[in-house]
Amino acid sequence: MDFNDSAAEARFREDAREWLKKNVPTAAELEGLDYIGKAKLWQKRKFDAGWACLRWPKEFGGRGASAIEQVIWGQEEGKFETPQSIFQIGQGMAAPTMMAYATEEQKKRFLPKLASGEEIWCQLFSEPAGGSDLAALRTRSEKRGDEWVVNGQKIWTSGAHYSDWGILVTRSDPTVPKHKGLTYFFLDMKSPGVEVKPIKQISGGANFNEVYFTDVHIPDSQRLGAIGQGWQVSLTTLMNERASIGGGGMGVGFRVAYKLAQKVMINDKPAIEDSAVRARLANWYVEESGLKYTGYRTMTALSRGQTPGPENSIGKAVGAPKTQDMASFCMDLLEMSGAIDDPDVAEAAGMLQMTYMASPGGRIAGGTDEIMLNILAERVLGLPQDVRVDKGVPFNEVPTGRG
Amino acid sequence: MEKPWGGRMNFEFSEEQNLLREQANGFLKDNCPPTAVRKILEGKASYDEGLWKKIGEMGWTATTIPEQYGGLGLGYLELCVIAEELGRAVAPVPFSSSVYLATEALLLAGNEEQKERWLTRLATGEAIGTFALSEGPGRPSPKSLKTALSKGRLRGTKVAVPDGDIADFAVVVAKSRVGDKASWYLVDLSQRNVKSTPVSTLDPTRSHASITFRSADAELLGAEGEGWALTQKLLDRAAILFAWEQVGGAEAALNQAKEYALGRYAFGRPIASYQAIKHKLATAYIKNTLARSNCYYGAWALNTNAAELALAAATARVSATQAYYFASKENIQTHGGMGFTWEFDCQFHYRRSKLLSVNIGSEGAWQDRLITAVEHSNVA
Repeated sequence: MDFNDSAAEARFREDAREWLKKNVPTAAELEGLDYIGKAKLWQKRKFDAGWACLRWPKEFGGRGASAIEQVIWGQEEGKFETPQSIFQIGQGMAAPTMMAYATEEQKKRFLPKLASGEEIWCQLFSEPAGGSDLAALRTRSEKRGDEWVVNGQKIWTSGAHYSDWGILVTRSDPTVPKHKGLTYFFLDMKSPGVEVKPIKQISGGANFNEVYFTDVHIPDSQRLGAIGQGWQVSLTTLMNERASIGGGGMGVGFRVAYKLAQKVMINDKPAIEDSAVRARLANWYVEESGLKYTGYRTMTALSRGQTPGPENSIGKAVGAPKTQDMASFCMDLLEMSGAIDDPDVAEAAGMLQMTYMASPGGRIAGGTDEIMLNILAERVLGLPQDVRVDKGVPFNEVPTGRG
Repeated sequence: MEKPWGGRMNFEFSEEQNLLREQANGFLKDNCPPTAVRKILEGKASYDEGLWKKIGEMGWTATTIPEQYGGLGLGYLELCVIAEELGRAVAPVPFSSSVYLATEALLLAGNEEQKERWLTRLATGEAIGTFALSEGPGRPSPKSLKTALSKGRLRGTKVAVPDGDIADFAVVVAKSRVGDKASWYLVDLSQRNVKSTPVSTLDPTRSHASITFRSADAELLGAEGEGWALTQKLLDRAAILFAWEQVGGAEAALNQAKEYALGRYAFGRPIASYQAIKHKLATAYIKNTLARSNCYYGAWALNTNAAELALAAATARVSATQAYYFASKENIQTHGGMGFTWEFDCQFHYRRSKLLSVNIGSEGAWQDRLITAVEHSNVA
């Protein structure tokens, strides 16, 4: 047991580091660009040099690299300040689905532009009545000749307002049980009848959208998988979601809380000397450390060419609630000042308060805490699924309740 | 955290070590089934003597003892593997006292003659050693120690001493006037001036005693006035091995809960299909996984005597203590009323988890040590 790269891995790491040193965009280069422009500039630069979508085949704009090389690249890139990526959904979820279900021609047309960042994709899955129970979605698709006509509404669509293309799952047949009547497409977000409305979040931001479809026409050639097979196709997408959504660190971790506890006072002594503070900090340290070394174990499995076990899927289940609790704890350390989020006055320019307000989203997006626990219980521990009262019932006969 | 990413791709036990794990697992399944644990729980014997003898024959007690003292001279990763399996089996043997504490204390501080005298017998399991620190309720410190040397003879009472009723010798932490105000003494427990009285604890599968030294013969182990520093060092090392036992136990408790939940039906379906049960068990799985990964880190630090050993030890220990406590109590809860009956084995883990968590310092003590270790490193 040691912490060393193999010789080949060490060489790859060195190459990556060298390239990054020379090519990470400078502040001057990014001057005047908005976050989309910054993200696109960096993505294109990586793509041109063969450092984009490392695991993809070269013909689609990748590098044909191994899983462990992908991890090493991620570690090395993570050491630099780089523009925040806006391509995860396209590259991490839409692309694997396209690779599995699109025609060769479509792959050649779309994948390289996904890799280069020229085109941005979003994922049109969740609906007002179908979140954790995704297969309860109601957006209707009806086939008319060589085309489909889509009507309905999606929600929580990250980045829909700047996306060029979207992956979409719809209900093509409401008269069969819910998993059997779905059909999956990709579509041009500029198609007539697509309307994007941003949703203002409790954090004040608006990263998500509602997307309305009114008689939107999609060519049948943009259907992925067979008619009625949309659920199977969706599973391909969702399996990649867990892989692409990270631990939800969001900036407030042990280091931030520890530094703060050294600085603020409790009963005229640094808070870090207070045993209750020490105990809570220790618990979070243990969680962060546990996730980190679980990551090392996963990397080891990858390095040996094995498929990592499901243990890595605990990252979001642990990280998201921890972020919320730590932000809340840090604000408590500030006592009355903890309420102040005025960036000119607040500790850390209001980052703690911002994290506190953003963190509920982390516990919901990409699978709620509860869904994550269900996944661990069912897929890792092998416990049976809950009873499903809609099993085998035609979708249009399933009770719907409010919404 | 403690180091910049350096690229760490071989963070796993070797094939030989995994083979050892399988062997240990199989051996304990055959030689330490729940019925064997129950026999000690319900009977008069302090420990499973037959099992202990076989463990000695297998060489587990000799794992880290150098060959010159009759040991195997293996590394600590092997010992971690064995510890996990002993924890899984809730083995009723004095392994932790004799191996993680007494053997380690001698390796840390013993002179040639002392090592020669005890290590050879510890290696075979023929001798049992223990470590005597606690003198009563509360967290011990050099100030709180009352056991001390008077006119060259040791006086005082240690309670509770793990395996104190069966040990041949003890490493005793006593008050000192110099240095860090504590010294270690090696005390032969078979002498007349030592009175050892068994005290019952919540885990009868691991016996404990109250030991009174009445002008007992005692020889210095390590230098005078270095006993407290040595104690900290020893506890750090032992904490990692205890943590591996805890992780083994936690996993066994989760498995027990899972098996029961799959077979037990309520309202026409397995209780394992209810989210209240699933989420409980998934949470136990998360805690166990984090603890195991932290124990990997601890094993690496112990085996390489890394500079960050104290931090790694506290991390593994806090994590494993929390995981085992959670898994053992929720195992009973998952079993419902049956889990509360004497007949069911759920109690083994519930008892053992608490015993292990207070044995070398409570959760709170180790949380405090963790932050102290952070303060001493340049982690944050």
